[in-house]
Amino acid sequence: MAMLSFERKYRVRGGTLLGGDLFDFWVGPFYVGFFGVTTLFFSVLGTALILYGAAIGPTWNIWQINIAPPDLKYGLALAPLKEGGLWQIITICAIGAFASWALREVEICRKLGIGYHVPFAFSVAIFAYVVLVVVRPLLMGAWGYGFPYGILSHLDWVSNTGYQYLHFHYNPAHMLAVTFFFTTTFALALHGSLILSSTNPPKDDNVVKTPEHEDTFFRDTIGYSIGTLGIHRLGLFLALSAGFWSAVCIVISGPFWTRGWPEWWGWWLNLPVWR
Amino acid sequence: MKTVGAIVAGVVALFLTIAQFGTAGWTRPPMLNQQHGFRGTGMDVIQTKAGAAEIKAANVAPVPADPVEAGTDKAGAVYENVKVLQDLPVEEFNRLMVSMTEWVSPQQGCTYCHNTENMADDSLYQKRVARRMLQMTQHINTDWKEKHVGEAGVTCYTCHRGNPVPAQIWFDAPSPTRGFIARNNGQNLATPSTGLASLPYTYLQDYLARPDPDQGAIRVNATTALPESPGKPIQAAERTFALMIHMSESLGVNCTYCHNTRAVAEWSQSAPQRTLAWHAIRMVRDLNANYLTPLTSVFPASRLGPKGDAPKLNCATCHNGQSKPLGGAHVVEAYPELAVAPATTSGPQGVPAPAAQ
Repeated sequence: MAMLSFERKYRVRGGTLLGGDLFDFWVGPFYVGFFGVTTLFFSVLGTALILYGAAIGPTWNIWQINIAPPDLKYGLALAPLKEGGLWQIITICAIGAFASWALREVEICRKLGIGYHVPFAFSVAIFAYVVLVVVRPLLMGAWGYGFPYGILSHLDWVSNTGYQYLHFHYNPAHMLAVTFFFTTTFALALHGSLILSSTNPPKDDNVVKTPEHEDTFFRDTIGYSIGTLGIHRLGLFLALSAGFWSAVCIVISGPFWTRGWPEWWGWWLNLPVWR
Repeated sequence: MKTVGAIVAGVVALFLTIAQFGTAGWTRPPMLNQQHGFRGTGMDVIQTKAGAAEIKAANVAPVPADPVEAGTDKAGAVYENVKVLQDLPVEEFNRLMVSMTEWVSPQQGCTYCHNTENMADDSLYQKRVARRMLQMTQHINTDWKEKHVGEAGVTCYTCHRGNPVPAQIWFDAPSPTRGFIARNNGQNLATPSTGLASLPYTYLQDYLARPDPDQGAIRVNATTALPESPGKPIQAAERTFALMIHMSESLGVNCTYCHNTRAVAEWSQSAPQRTLAWHAIRMVRDLNANYLTPLTSVFPASRLGPKGDAPKLNCATCHNGQSKPLGGAHVVEAYPELAVAPATTSGPQGVPAPAAQ
């Protein structure tokens, strides 16, 4: 693939974490690196195992293909391949692929001499996944508490796991996570529309406006503008908080709270102020 | 001013955070693994090992009284005014009376129900209630055996647990507020039986107080692909949700013990225990309507609810936090006289026998 004229000067040698110069090259637009190889290895193996699982399963209906975790009776041991063992290996592949991808991002950051914000942000997503399929099952004492890999089956798991606590919307960490998810989309919509508004002036004007105009818009509307850099800090904070509290809301459900979530609010009703 | 406000807000938030950590009732592993559906569906009962042991210890069936050698004399012939157990040998009859005292009034003893000057006297309301309760127990152990209680059966202890009045009873809830104060639509009271949710609180009398001719009262899901009628309001769904939370809390389980929540109404995807629960709803309606509510005039006012209704039973009355009451112990085995069809039925209206001399 052709390289853009200015791209060559950013393709610098070094910055690798593992493998030295061995994998320090590009394939077309893609940087490879040691972790590019491991990403490829884990994702191909994991995908192949999902296809194998589908092949030995009852259906090829894309919605209904289901790679389920083992029965709870296997605890934290390895399960037979066709009774959840496949899920266990696919989980290892998924974590291997995600972590490799994050480390490949780190290597690229090092080459470019930029901060690690992108791999850090991606790591929060990986963290949420690992909490779901590793940390919580470890705390609960069985791999079977992980969610199944399938389009509809994982939704069924979410529904049932929510109803294990009678009314999951009363989970305080779930409340925070949902609030952060909504706020993230809200902030992104405000930011995106603001940037487009200053770069798309009315037809009769045709002068692209500056960040000063953007700041002024928000100062006029709500009395405050967070600023050009600040909005990106805020956006990252909101998005990572959403993922973080999602992980918290599920890891406390079960290991640290076994009853209906509405009952959790008893502590509020029992505050000495108005008990 | 801004700084002071921030500090105050920070302190309040810190205090609340500490308060919820200390008082909300958090648990910790190890967990007890209890799976009720296909792997990966998430149909599991969630309990810590410590919590499960605590509930088990709080629900131990009493040791049955030693068997007695039954003679040929029948209680009905030897004692006066025996209306329910007249065909029982005297020895068995006395054994049951002693057990009933242990189960229901261990502190108060025989005098809780009986006038010791004349044991046949029906002047104490407790005795008249107890007689009807004996019939109810026999009714449960015979007519509801196949559909709900099975071989385990029930005795007085299943509900009473050593208390003259079972701990888990309920009365009609206060009417929804109206008039000048804000209307609450019969909801938003943090009642323990709905697990403190804001859901409607009148659902027990709506669904469990009387035999319901409308078998679909609880079902809110449509049964047709396209709407053919206006359907039920959201409040009906919330009442059903409240009842389901009550059932879950009473049995120490969660929604997935019976339902696969991807399709809660679908019988083919539900766990087999849902059929037991379906019959249990009918059983509770039957018992409340035919045994407890008719006793309203027998109870003194102090035993009635704020709206003058008799105490009634629900799932928690027997289950008390366990999926099988008293750990599934076959309590009625040692008392076969409680598992025979009621000898004298005083009719579905359940008017107790009149007092003897």
